[in-house]
Amino acid sequence: MVFARSERPRLPTAIKILVAGGFGAGKTTMVGAVSETRPLRTEEVLTDRGIGVDDLTSVEAKRTTTVAMDFGRITLGNDYVLYLFGTPGQERFWFVWDELAEGSLGAVILADTRRLADCFPSVDYFERRGTPFVVAVNCFEGAPTFELEEVRLALQLSPSIPIIMCDARKRESSREVLITLVKHSARLRAEPVGS
Amino acid sequence: MRGGTDGPTDEHWVDPEIIRPYVVTRGRTQPAHGRFDLISMALAVGPPPGPDAGLDPEHLRILQLCREPKSVAEIAAYLDLPAGTIRVLLGDLFDRELVSAQEPQSEVDMHDMKMYRAVLDGLRSL
Repeated sequence: MVFARSERPRLPTAIKILVAGGFGAGKTTMVGAVSETRPLRTEEVLTDRGIGVDDLTSVEAKRTTTVAMDFGRITLGNDYVLYLFGTPGQERFWFVWDELAEGSLGAVILADTRRLADCFPSVDYFERRGTPFVVAVNCFEGAPTFELEEVRLALQLSPSIPIIMCDARKRESSREVLITLVKHSARLRAEPVGS
Repeated sequence: MRGGTDGPTDEHWVDPEIIRPYVVTRGRTQPAHGRFDLISMALAVGPPPGPDAGLDPEHLRILQLCREPKSVAEIAAYLDLPAGTIRVLLGDLFDRELVSAQEPQSEVDMHDMKMYRAVLDGLRSL
């Protein structure tokens, strides 16, 4: 460990969960609903690894981009602190997701039934990366209501991926979404696998 | 030398928002030691440093914030500075043994059933 010191006071270990989804799907709302403080914002200067996301400016081999991320904190006893990060919405920030997804417990993909296609990129990304995720259908007032299985079909989700209804404004509802994700991630990753 | 009356002057070209983080770290972009993740946790340790410790106001603000464990991301948000700047300043404090730090749960530790149980218990008791 880089930070090893002989007489180190007890510090909690941080865990992160990503909250993804299209623009306006309620990411920051959900982060705020379950966090112990209002959503905070941090800026990270990141290096574009040149995955061809922005072909107009591909003249430079390496670029740095400043990306703002909203996040919240939930203190879980003495040993763990959970951080929820809203993923930057724009597709040209995919490379940021790699840094964020690294070491994450999993992701919540928020779906808005008025713009279901907006969460396709997130589903693709986390499937490809092998990050455990659940889909939470944010029930906006006046939005068309679908059966969950219809949404599953539309998103071509495998039957093993949990999909639930939620109200991202409500603490209780957002908490249920997180619990569903943690259980799912534990099923996939905690040993013994598959039990 | 400033630009003459004919040419464009460049004195207003740099956004102060860019200058501030640079000045705070005296141009350094990497911490002296270690690599602080966005969610590495920091805690102030030891007696508070005196005025002759040669610390900048930003260092002192970090120490104040970190009386309770805080992540790099939180410190950055509260001080309104980029996370990269906070990493450098935390590195200074870590070198002087004024903070201790804890790296986050890594991808390889994601098989730890104890961690999942603790997180579920914590979420259920919210």
